[in-house]
Amino acid sequence: MTALAPRAARARIRPASVVTFLVMAVVTAFVLLPIAIIVFTAFKPTAEVNAYPPTLMPSEWTLDNLARILDELPFGRLVINSVVFAGGVTLCALVFDSLAAYALARIDFRGRKVLLVAIIASLMIPFQATLIPVYQLVAELGWINTYQGLIAPRAADAFGIFLLRQFFLALPRDLDNAARIDGASEFRVFRSIVLPNVVPALMTLGVFTFVNNWNDLLWPLVFTTQAEMGTITSGLTLLTGPGGIIPYGVMMAGSLVAVVPLVIGFLFVQRRFIDNIATTGLK
Amino acid sequence: MSAPAARAYRPPAPLGGRRGARVERRRTLTALGFLAPALVILGLFVAWPMLSALRLSFTDASGFGAEEWVGLDNYVRVFTDPDIRDAMLNTLWYTVLFTPTAVLIALALALVLNSPALPFRGFFRTALFLPFIVSLAVAAFAWSYLLDPRLGLLNHWLQGAGVQLGDVLEDPVLAMPAVALVAVWKNFGFYMVIFLAGLQDIPASLYEAARVDGAGAWLRFTNVTLPLLSNTFAFVLIFALIAALQAFDQIYVMTGGGPYGSTQTIVMEIYRSGFRRLELGFASALSYVLLIATLLLSIVQFVFFGRREKDLG
Repeated sequence: MTALAPRAARARIRPASVVTFLVMAVVTAFVLLPIAIIVFTAFKPTAEVNAYPPTLMPSEWTLDNLARILDELPFGRLVINSVVFAGGVTLCALVFDSLAAYALARIDFRGRKVLLVAIIASLMIPFQATLIPVYQLVAELGWINTYQGLIAPRAADAFGIFLLRQFFLALPRDLDNAARIDGASEFRVFRSIVLPNVVPALMTLGVFTFVNNWNDLLWPLVFTTQAEMGTITSGLTLLTGPGGIIPYGVMMAGSLVAVVPLVIGFLFVQRRFIDNIATTGLK
Repeated sequence: MSAPAARAYRPPAPLGGRRGARVERRRTLTALGFLAPALVILGLFVAWPMLSALRLSFTDASGFGAEEWVGLDNYVRVFTDPDIRDAMLNTLWYTVLFTPTAVLIALALALVLNSPALPFRGFFRTALFLPFIVSLAVAAFAWSYLLDPRLGLLNHWLQGAGVQLGDVLEDPVLAMPAVALVAVWKNFGFYMVIFLAGLQDIPASLYEAARVDGAGAWLRFTNVTLPLLSNTFAFVLIFALIAALQAFDQIYVMTGGGPYGSTQTIVMEIYRSGFRRLELGFASALSYVLLIATLLLSIVQFVFFGRREKDLG
């Protein structure tokens, strides 16, 4: 450690790493440009949005676009729908996936391997391939334009089960065997012993599921026939009507509302989230 | 890793005879209780729809009235309809544009971020991962604006540099690279993070040994990094290929499949035939072709990762 420290310090001021740093700074700025454009344009007066030559920063900040998006769309409703949809899916998936993952990782039962293989196999089925029958099934249940119809098809997913199983497997067996010897039921072992030890994994899966569903376009798009039942993501696409001039300022204001909650939430959990996602596929 | 340990805990064979069987049956029932909610959901909304789509693909279902069995007609149409052939070629072109670009950018940035000499590594990692959080639809709005022929900042800067792009999204040649670019922007951070995890698993001692043997940076990269990263590389590559097959969101928002069908992909066709023209049977046949393509790629992935899966089972 101490032997390495001076070398690291010297490495820091090598001209090569200064160049690398500058290149990375430019690359990162370019990558963040679309996000900056959303933020800045959302606060630009219409005249500036449509001005030539275009500018990055607004010279005058305004809330007009944010006010207008409320007129263009039932925006409050869309936000609520997104929260209920993404939040509902996340809660259900966390409960159902962790229960299933527990059985697959910690209970030695007949048929475990077959089930595991079936669940891993279903990971490979693209959602788009089953979209039509899923839509028909939801329609037959009379659930079109209802929250349960939006949420139910996503309430458990193979990816979540697989991810949590990997984390459950990593826990030492003695942990739950001790509790079993003391007479705890399987559910109690699950709830009181195993779950508290995998909170980071649950958080990772929760963020991942929430972000994916909040951002999903295809499912809310085909599922909701009433504008009031759409999500923010699907609702925003209504703004880009054919032929009409696209009101960029208003669209960016809507995009800002769609993006900001996710970015804030992500910044809180990012370190752990990125690490856990990185090891998911490869563990 | 923990699988052999799990096997070691199996009770030592049938000491108690009937009692052992009863315990085993009870354990199976408990396990099924834990699995039931997830199995019901997956059965209802994944397994059954898969079979249902297969049946639909042999009918002329439209969502109304009676369905008639039409045999392989839909599949024949999938492979003869010039629109579908174009959509397949477009998807292929999109894949060729998206996959290598996203994977190579991700690898290059992961290599830079893995160097301890780079200051603010944590900041760069978070910032470059950030696009993955933004929805493809919202990203598509922002990019449409950046590329707008008159109002777009990016277009303006490129003109300043002497590059005349014109209306990219109305240009049959440039529209596809533009929608692929948006997907690259959104996804490279995800692949980069997976590469980073792979790089950090390579023991530092190997680099030290190579350095002692006099290997320069390039030799260390080709003889240590690349071989040890090959599993990660295959994983990311197949992940990116599967993502490319399913391109939809940003195309729907940015071009709607146009201009002149130049960005119409397979999933766009499934959406159009299934939910716009209500040709459910035909759309299902198309879905099955997508499913089989995805399965083939996944099987390749399984062959690559077969050893690891055996470790887990």
